[in-house]
Amino acid sequence: MIGAEVLWNSLLQHGVEVIFGYPGGAVIPVYDVLPSSLRHVLVRHEQAAAMAADGYARATGRLGACIATSGPGALNLLCGLTNAFLDSAPVLAITGQVPTGQLGRDAFQETDIFGATMPLTKHNYLVNRVEDLPRILNEAVYLAQAGRKGPVLVDLPRDVAEAEVPPRVDASPRLPGYKPRRDGHPAQVARAAEALASARKPLLLVGGGVKWAEAAPLAVRLAEKAGLPVASTLMGLGTVPADHPLFLGMIGMHGTVAANRAVQECDVLLALGVRFSDRVTGKREAFATGAQIIHVDVDPAELGKNVPAHIPIVGDVGRVLEGLIPLVPERRRQEWLDEVDSFRSPAGQDGVGASAVRALARVTGDLARRGDLILVTDVGQHQMWVAQHYPFYHPRTLLTSGGLGAMGYGLPAAVGAQIGCPGKRVVLVTGDGSLQINLQELATVRQEDLPIKIVLLDNGSLGMVRQWQEMFFDGNLVAVSLGGPDWVKLAEAYGIKAWRCSDPGELEDGLATLMAEPGPGLLHCRVPAEEKVLPMVPAGEPLARIIVSW
Amino acid sequence: MKRTFSVLVENQPGVLTRVAGLFGRRGFNIQSLAVGVTQDPSLSRMTIVVDGDDRVLEQVQKQLNKLVNVIKVSVLEAPEAIGRELALVRVHAPPAQRTAIMQVVDIFRAKIVDVARRSLVVEITGDEDKVSAMVDLLREFGIMEVVRTGKIAMARGSKESRGGMWHGQSTIRSGRRPRALARLAGGGTGVWEPGECAGAELEG
Repeated sequence: MIGAEVLWNSLLQHGVEVIFGYPGGAVIPVYDVLPSSLRHVLVRHEQAAAMAADGYARATGRLGACIATSGPGALNLLCGLTNAFLDSAPVLAITGQVPTGQLGRDAFQETDIFGATMPLTKHNYLVNRVEDLPRILNEAVYLAQAGRKGPVLVDLPRDVAEAEVPPRVDASPRLPGYKPRRDGHPAQVARAAEALASARKPLLLVGGGVKWAEAAPLAVRLAEKAGLPVASTLMGLGTVPADHPLFLGMIGMHGTVAANRAVQECDVLLALGVRFSDRVTGKREAFATGAQIIHVDVDPAELGKNVPAHIPIVGDVGRVLEGLIPLVPERRRQEWLDEVDSFRSPAGQDGVGASAVRALARVTGDLARRGDLILVTDVGQHQMWVAQHYPFYHPRTLLTSGGLGAMGYGLPAAVGAQIGCPGKRVVLVTGDGSLQINLQELATVRQEDLPIKIVLLDNGSLGMVRQWQEMFFDGNLVAVSLGGPDWVKLAEAYGIKAWRCSDPGELEDGLATLMAEPGPGLLHCRVPAEEKVLPMVPAGEPLARIIVSW
Repeated sequence: MKRTFSVLVENQPGVLTRVAGLFGRRGFNIQSLAVGVTQDPSLSRMTIVVDGDDRVLEQVQKQLNKLVNVIKVSVLEAPEAIGRELALVRVHAPPAQRTAIMQVVDIFRAKIVDVARRSLVVEITGDEDKVSAMVDLLREFGIMEVVRTGKIAMARGSKESRGGMWHGQSTIRSGRRPRALARLAGGGTGVWEPGECAGAELEG
């Protein structure tokens, strides 16, 4: 058996069913022995392979896999892998490499991918000897999914892939330095329970870590038992159902007035699986200044990194909650809940963009409530309109690029999600800027016959950049105007049905038509370029400086 | 504030790059870094001196621990630990100055390891202050070149280091008699290859 066969066998043994990839010189020997039992999805750009693997992982909770050739192929993966890294998605990337004898000689399509991806992956490997390959694959698959999940890359030189593997090699992982802590320290958990019991104005903040720990029901149970209002980060949306009476919405730069106000007013903040990014905290020094912060995360390095952790708890969020819930007394906290309810503001005047998202929520509400709809976004204004106006009821029903904010994520992530969850409806809400970054994947959608529904909010510009230029740069609009293609013709050229919706009054009908289409479809909606995402806290400002109208 | 981290890592390609990259990317300020293999050839020991406030130093430790190839990170500070540096100093030494230089060398229990017509190479081992003090004194004779190793450090008399001692015995270079009083402040321990740092505690 050669190295390439060991690779595929190992992936199959680890339950990998799909790999997203793009072949090239250095991986032809690997593709040559691709087993028919493993589904290979041919994307049109390696970045899309990494992002599809990421979307697959987020939608299913399982390992996403991608493969690319050496040099340019591997380099094209990087944005997608970094995206998975920042949002802690388990992704395994295999890259081809020039033969070991040519390493360091600037051979054709040679790049130092091992060096280049060191800071962009959870861990990575360059396989120098074929006898190390079985062990490395076991380690890589384990590392991607253990503790704080993330991307792991294995760089496989061509001669190693082609070499015969000795009959008996030790494939057991050797990771003496990697021991993620699962259970929270009991004394710390007890301290957290005491802090919550004596709090007058406690607040629960949920992040993406809750979803990765499969702990959403526990978070809801804790909130209900202890009477905690709940705010969510972008990555945490869906942890607590949007219509739950304790739910205040998203926190941060484009968060709700209620969530941002509650975090500034609270006296104990229980943060689960969040990393307190600058988009969440605003000005760090002014964030939750009156609160004792209980921070639970599986990654010790997150505790105290951005904001002080007065009661740090290292551990799996689910395990910690299992320990914490019995210790926390049952409370109603009517006074605090009333106060928090008074922070809620009536929805302001929606523009076309926000209205389109609300219309989508009406058309797809039942699917969403049942957990049968996965909504994928790209990055920009449409993304924030979705986060603000679309109700999420279940974890893993919103896939969006949070930490990296990578435009172009949406379409490939939707491909990955639809392949991972063939029984669910996958809807991509995107913008005319974002969609053009990985537009070529329309071909993958068609080739794989994926019934993805694309809602394109087209404002003919890079809306979020334009919004900042209008609000913070004296309206000096530079390099934001996009003369778009004829989107209907374009979609049709790829064999995808498309409709145009020019009148906001027709949005709901248009969306209903789109959703009724059995195959892939695109609805092109015009949105005025001047529309803003509000509320907004300007970058680097305290959350209290929230702008609600412009 | 300076802190000395002793970092046990897997002896594998790329580990130094990972550590150095981490410091660069997170803006941690590295003062010195010394690496060598330990008594177990599959492990290396890095001694890293970092400058920063409490939050930064805590992050340094946590981020180092996060690297998969890092096995253990400990903080080593005096008086619980011994820290040593080695320096080679080429000093301008016309015949008229040699006696004076040799006196300084003697006082610091340093050594002259190379003699040329117009210069001497002095080797000194000690903690950072001692090495700096000697370099300062030699400056008045005219220093032509200084090379310093960066600090290596080891905990005093703990269980862990005794364990290392017994493994380390076989790696001590023979033919160089260890100085028994090395642990006394400023005492030299002779020359050790980086790989022999595991044996240094034994000499103390």
